[in-house]
Amino acid sequence: MNPQALMDGLITGSMIGLGAIGVTLTYSILRFANFAHGEFIAWGAYIALAVSSALGYLSGGLLAPIGPFSFGWSLPIAAVVAVALTGGLALLVDALLFGRLRAQRSTVIIMVMASFGAALTLRSLLEFIFTSKPAYYTKALQIALPLGGGLRATPDQMLSLGVAAVLVVAVHLLLTRTAIGRSMRAVSENQQLSGVVGIDVRKVVRIVWLLGAGLACMAGIMAGLLVQIRPHMGLDLLLPLFAAAILGGIGSVPGAMLAGLIVGLAEAFAVQIVGAEWRAAIAFVILVLVLLVRPQGLFGRPE
Amino acid sequence: MSVELIGYGCFFLTMALTYAIMCLGLNVQWGQTGLFNVGIAGFVAIGAYVSALLTTPDTANRFGGFDMPILVGWLGGAVAAALIAFLIGALTIRLRADYLAIATFGVAVAVQLSALNLERITGGPFGIGFIPRPFGGYAGDPLLFSLFNLGVLIVVVVLLYLALERLVRSPWGRVLRAIREDETAALALGKSAVKFRLQAFAIGGGIMGLAGAVQAHFIGFIAPENYLPMLTFQVWAMLIVGGSGNNRGAILGAVLVWGLWAASASVIASLFPPGQQARAAALQIVMIGVGLCAILLLRPRGILGEEKVVSRHLGKLPRALRPGTKPETPKQ
Repeated sequence: MNPQALMDGLITGSMIGLGAIGVTLTYSILRFANFAHGEFIAWGAYIALAVSSALGYLSGGLLAPIGPFSFGWSLPIAAVVAVALTGGLALLVDALLFGRLRAQRSTVIIMVMASFGAALTLRSLLEFIFTSKPAYYTKALQIALPLGGGLRATPDQMLSLGVAAVLVVAVHLLLTRTAIGRSMRAVSENQQLSGVVGIDVRKVVRIVWLLGAGLACMAGIMAGLLVQIRPHMGLDLLLPLFAAAILGGIGSVPGAMLAGLIVGLAEAFAVQIVGAEWRAAIAFVILVLVLLVRPQGLFGRPE
Repeated sequence: MSVELIGYGCFFLTMALTYAIMCLGLNVQWGQTGLFNVGIAGFVAIGAYVSALLTTPDTANRFGGFDMPILVGWLGGAVAAALIAFLIGALTIRLRADYLAIATFGVAVAVQLSALNLERITGGPFGIGFIPRPFGGYAGDPLLFSLFNLGVLIVVVVLLYLALERLVRSPWGRVLRAIREDETAALALGKSAVKFRLQAFAIGGGIMGLAGAVQAHFIGFIAPENYLPMLTFQVWAMLIVGGSGNNRGAILGAVLVWGLWAASASVIASLFPPGQQARAAALQIVMIGVGLCAILLLRPRGILGEEKVVSRHLGKLPRALRPGTKPETPKQ
């Protein structure tokens, strides 16, 4: 077995985990499976690409690589802008579609279907604007550094893992230690009751969208930096996202991250055995196994 | 000119009617029972591939090619899709409603992947060709051939429609709607919600498989890219536009949306230069996506809306006693 699979799995897994946190939060607080979540990943990656290229066009110095990394200051700046804009996109979709459906007291399944429609619209819009040709943040090549034990990783990969870890800890602290985190958990327990005790449910919903879309954007930028940017990147990640959210237990942020890593590692190791062309089926197998054995997930409560 | 026009009309209607079959299948799952299937393309593909394997002539480097009659292929495709639907349903119907949606999405991905990768069985990316077409002996006369094909499709759709209408008005159909409207009440009456949902899901999946099989034999060639998530989306748009819960709505929606689809495709294609056609296709999907969301927001009942039916025996009652004419329809 190639030990490099461990590194590949960790990297894919942390992207899946970041996306799955958003899925699990929308699921537990807005109470529907959001099929459009993958599109926030793709939109985040493309917004960062657009901003980063614009910055590079304005000032070539921003494109000069920082230290050992393959990208210049334009990408971190673009990442901040893209996180904000992707959050704005999520709020916009909520205002145009999901918020109105909630106001009409639509059933869960109508929301799921609307998210399905929104996903196709957003994805095809990307394809329309940027075409389906793959894009990259930088054309620079990186040498993978040996880490010992046969593992190698590029500086970009190490940085991405670090950023993902910091983000997960930050979200976990936000949910467990702050007032807004307590409100979010209260709304996920019982929306009516938390409204009665004076929690601003609409504010909580906004925070959920901002948080979920922001994390998805970061996952998209990581995927774009380490692999490539394509309009279908969100769709390809959607099944792993759902598998991770359900495996981790709906509503559990540490669960989603851990399950994301499990799905990523399982993909990386299984690919060594069954071949890369079956990668997309592995998340499905995990999903079926979870639903068979433990439908409430690792950290979830049975309903 | 008229021969080509009639030929095109036949082709258009035949395609639309294959979608109508998928729509009728989805109507059993969603319209009657409230089960959300995001993997329609997967079930359609299963039907198409199974039927193609059963009926194509033996091929040297590919498994299958059993050269069986077309009807056997259609039945086989429907049964295979129903079986997969049954298995997925058995796995998820007990759980939350959207777990079924996620699982069916997974089915579509897995089926697409298998079609691409199992080259010895499915022909991989090149697909399967030379699928026998009904009335293949008349292929020399395009007009007669397309008329015959349309005739076959009309017969299939009408038979299916009559069977489903009968089913909707049967005690079985009433239980389905009862479970959809108020599961607790149905449970209190001793109806097993899981069992009925599972049956409806399998029947709907089987009908989608049949649709895939029929379509495969009409086109004569199948490949994995025929069964992308786009197909699932189109069928949903058809049912929502026509009116879910209404079998006539399902057929109407299929013809209407397919018409809009074909018309918008030709308009957009003529507006964009040849190099930009991929973009144009993306824009078309954007439009349909926005349209579906708008209908969900503005007119969730669709054009015809759900037909309130209780029993086929009530149809014979005087008009004043029919459920549809009363201001308050009794919840079954």
